[in-house]
Amino acid sequence: MAAAAAAGRGPGSGPGGSPEGPEAEAPERRRKAHGMLKLYYGLSEVEAAGRPAGPDPLDPTDLNGAHFDPEVYLDKLRRECPLAQLMDSETDMVRQIRALDSDMQTLVYENYNKFISATVTKHHCSPFQAPNHQCDPRGVSSDTIRKMKNDFRKMEDEMDRLATNMAVITDFSARISATLQDRHERITKLAGVHALLRKLQFLFELPSRLTKCVELGAYGQAVRYQGRARAVLQQYQHLPSFRAIQDDCQVITARLAQQLRQRFREGGSGAPEQAECVELLLALGEPAEELCEEFLARGRARLEEELRGLEAELGPSPPAPDVLEFTDRGGSGFVGGLCQVAAAYQELFAAQGPAGAEKLAAFARELGSRYFVLVERRLAQEQGGSDNSLLVRALDRFHRRLRAPGALLAAAGLAEAATEIVERVARERLGQHLQGLQSAFLGCLTDVRQALAAPRVAGKEGPGLAELLANVASSTLSHIKASLASVHLFTAKEVSFSNKPYFRGEFCSQGVRESLIVGFIRSMCQTAQNFCDSPGEKGGATPPALLLLLSRLCLDYETATISYILTLTDEQFLVQDQSPVTPVSTLCAEARETARRLLTHYVKVQGLVISQMLRKSVETRDWLSTLEPRNVRAVMKRVVEDTTAIDVQVGLLYEEGVRKAQSSDSSKRTFSVYSSSRQQGRYAPSYTPSAPMDTNLLSNIQKLFSERIDVFSPVEFNKVSVLTGIIKISLKTLLECVRLRTFGRFGLQQVQVDCHFLQLYLWRFVADEELVHLLLDEVVASAALRCPDPVPMEPSVVEVICERG
Amino acid sequence: MEDDAPVIYGLEFQARALTPQTAETDAIRFLVGTQSLKYDNQIHIIDFDDENNIINKNVLLHQAGEIWHISASPADKGVLATCYNKTADGKVVTCAAVWRMPAELEPGGHESPEDAASPAHALELLCHLGPAAHGSTACVAWEPAGDGKRVISLADNHILLWDLQESSSQAVLASSASLEGKGQLKFTTGRWSPHHNCTQVATANDTAVRGWDTRTMSQIYCIESAHGQLVRDLDFNPNKQYYLASCGDDCRVKFWDTRNVAEPVKTLEEHSHWVWGVRYNHSHDQLVLTGSSDSRVILSNMVSISSEPFGHLVDDADLSDQEDRRPEEKSQEPPQDSVIATYEEHEDSVYAVDWSSADPWLFASLSYDGRLVINRVPRALKYHILL
Repeated sequence: MAAAAAAGRGPGSGPGGSPEGPEAEAPERRRKAHGMLKLYYGLSEVEAAGRPAGPDPLDPTDLNGAHFDPEVYLDKLRRECPLAQLMDSETDMVRQIRALDSDMQTLVYENYNKFISATVTKHHCSPFQAPNHQCDPRGVSSDTIRKMKNDFRKMEDEMDRLATNMAVITDFSARISATLQDRHERITKLAGVHALLRKLQFLFELPSRLTKCVELGAYGQAVRYQGRARAVLQQYQHLPSFRAIQDDCQVITARLAQQLRQRFREGGSGAPEQAECVELLLALGEPAEELCEEFLARGRARLEEELRGLEAELGPSPPAPDVLEFTDRGGSGFVGGLCQVAAAYQELFAAQGPAGAEKLAAFARELGSRYFVLVERRLAQEQGGSDNSLLVRALDRFHRRLRAPGALLAAAGLAEAATEIVERVARERLGQHLQGLQSAFLGCLTDVRQALAAPRVAGKEGPGLAELLANVASSTLSHIKASLASVHLFTAKEVSFSNKPYFRGEFCSQGVRESLIVGFIRSMCQTAQNFCDSPGEKGGATPPALLLLLSRLCLDYETATISYILTLTDEQFLVQDQSPVTPVSTLCAEARETARRLLTHYVKVQGLVISQMLRKSVETRDWLSTLEPRNVRAVMKRVVEDTTAIDVQVGLLYEEGVRKAQSSDSSKRTFSVYSSSRQQGRYAPSYTPSAPMDTNLLSNIQKLFSERIDVFSPVEFNKVSVLTGIIKISLKTLLECVRLRTFGRFGLQQVQVDCHFLQLYLWRFVADEELVHLLLDEVVASAALRCPDPVPMEPSVVEVICERG
Repeated sequence: MEDDAPVIYGLEFQARALTPQTAETDAIRFLVGTQSLKYDNQIHIIDFDDENNIINKNVLLHQAGEIWHISASPADKGVLATCYNKTADGKVVTCAAVWRMPAELEPGGHESPEDAASPAHALELLCHLGPAAHGSTACVAWEPAGDGKRVISLADNHILLWDLQESSSQAVLASSASLEGKGQLKFTTGRWSPHHNCTQVATANDTAVRGWDTRTMSQIYCIESAHGQLVRDLDFNPNKQYYLASCGDDCRVKFWDTRNVAEPVKTLEEHSHWVWGVRYNHSHDQLVLTGSSDSRVILSNMVSISSEPFGHLVDDADLSDQEDRRPEEKSQEPPQDSVIATYEEHEDSVYAVDWSSADPWLFASLSYDGRLVINRVPRALKYHILL
């Protein structure tokens, strides 16, 4: 308030004399104050525009301006004015402030006065008094009061007069009433007689009216008449005249009922009219039970027609409408009709109580089940299809439509049955997806087989093994994802059945997670394992590369893919069900086991291939009469070549693995150890005819210190382990075959050369080269035992031959 | 219950041939044939004294050559047949002959072990099983229940039935058949079935197992690809007709019903290398012994395909009510095939295993390094079967 008042004075306006300014100055000042107030409250724009333009309102140095900034103003003053002027303006300012203070006090005082007077006036005024009386309060209050007092006095007089008049009128009225009392009673009586006569007339006319109504077809009217008359006729039937009327009426009513029933039966005119018929018949007092039956029979006929229509669509002929259209038609035709019947029934026969409701429920159940049979047949036709979204939409419609009668006919259990059907279809879908995934996987494998078979013809072997693996993995994964997405439609929010407990719980956990995903991974492992289980001769049909690839695939599943897929599933299908699910670790263990078995089988198969080569080479040769060895036999070179090829193949998919630490001069050492061990070592005695005990003793002692070699031992997931397994199998075969033959001197020497050759090349593939030494040593030792004339070849010669070959 | 420790006996030579003395039903006696190309080969007669856990041995010289296969006559304790290698003209031929042990050893050989050092007795040759023209003989099988007069020998692709006449001193070829087919077919082993009045013989060649009728010498059945690789040994279930066990280089032991040879009844895959021998126990055919070149001997309990229901001896007398009782028994204790024990006393490939003909709870195994191990069925199992 103070700020506004202070702003009220422009710097340019002169000192306004005494604070209590003369009356003439007041309006102007007030207007200014008003203006300032308006400005303060942001209303002034329009009015300000009307006034002569003052100093720029945006000038911050304008004391009266809205944008006055005291700092800027002071600054300006200090900068522009000399001291004297400053002093002047200070005094001026002080003065002005004082003047303003007093102005303000005046204002407050004045207004206070006004308030008081207005309050007083208010106290004396009636609330009806116009508000503009207050506008000019000065000197008005006393006038008003005086005037009001006058008015009231007048009003009191008039009221008194009014009261007297009223008393007179009451008096007159009472007198008139008294006079008319008599007549009034008579008139009332007459009126009663008249009414009775009218009723009687109505009764007498009733038969003809009814006939007319029936003839005209205004059955409603007729029933209303009959209803009105019935009670009376019933009451007075002992009077002969009334009896005659009643008889007539009954005949006509019977005819009416007949006609109504006829119409009802013809039934072509749709449910609402039928409902009307039933309503009228009920009003005529026809037995409700019978009507119920008939009504339902009519409804049944109509609905059966719908069903027949649907069945015709199912038909044996293939061009059935798509499933969405079918469920739509079923929904609008059958379910709509059922709803109508049920609603009409409930409206008409509500009085029938639980028995009636039971009848309706049975009716709905029976027809509903037939409908469901049709729908299921149609859905069964859909099972082959791949378009899940269409199916889900159709199911959604189907389910949604059945919710309406479901609410109407809770006892018939239609909604539950519908949900069941949807669940069943969903389950079947899951099964189908599982099959789809399986066949897709098998398809992948077939592709891989073809790819594996093809490049071999071209002479290039297995360069694409890693690629093939990636292909299989990615295509399988994408199939899984597609299936998940497709199945996910069932649980979409907008689908009406997605909030059913089955779809929230069991479908997600047992259905999707367990039977689809886990089931698929298991079946994949099973499929892979089947390649191992086939016995040797059939297993030969499985390319070893496929075994290797599957093994790697399973291993990849174990390390990453399974947990990825399951996490994906769990995320997409927020599993709320608490039922136990297969943990990731179990699946991983299964996959790992499968991978291990596959790899072991791979080792066996490849080992067998090389074994067979070695065995044939030992069995078919005449070792007794062989010539002095000049070369390493070709089969040994072949063995080394094949082993190298296998090494490359395995290297494409598996990591190197760990070897036992080798000395730096590994190749050198293998050679020297091998040949020297034979030269000075344990088998030397067996070459020279000495006591046979020594051989056994030495070899037994040697065996005491060497570990037992498990030939077909489980392999680890690395290249070295795989190769070790294959080489072990091959060399053990060589050993056993050698033991079955008898060697001449040169035969033994040939074995010596061959073994040395193998030694030279095979050590690099295995984890522990000692193993190769051991087995090869044993081969040579066995050959020496099987030789009647064991003269070993000079190690240097062996070396030369091997280096040459 | 402590099981007795295995008894180990070492031969000086390599050995593959082992047989129980079939006709001997009192003493536990095994015959082992050695393989040496440089020295005279021997047949060791191993007597096992069960009470004292001691082995007594007698050595007979078998100068004809290294022994690949040995089989004892089921009727005459002193008669045995061997297949042995003969090297002539730079060729190795495997021949077969029937021998008689020297009489003084026959009753049981009370010689002390030290006497083994004294010059060994030699076997007395009764007859050769035919000229070598048929090829190398792989195996000789005696008619199991006969009087020791009929013998089958398998030579290359021929199956030869001999009649031994004049106290086995003469062998007459009664009938023969040969296997024709692609490539060089060669029998590897054969067994004579104890059932059907001893009219059936099973043979193995490569991966196939064949059955023969000895009356007509014609093939009755054939299990093509019985094993993934070579079939090494066969044995008939002594108590259950039609049941046959086979083993081979695919590390598996398979059990067959010869009436339906499409699929094996059962497959075992316990060994980690070729399985060289399989033997049914003569009395309790759920006990199956296998030996393998992974140096292990495995004793399996094949309850599900045995002639005895688990834990019960079948008496012919109460066979009928046995049938009635069976279902509830099964529910009590469903038969489960299992490995009873794995014996790891050998350090080299085990080429032969066999049960004792005298003690059904005792068996021997022989490895290439000449080690013979005698083991017993674990007592717990023995009592379980008996009681």
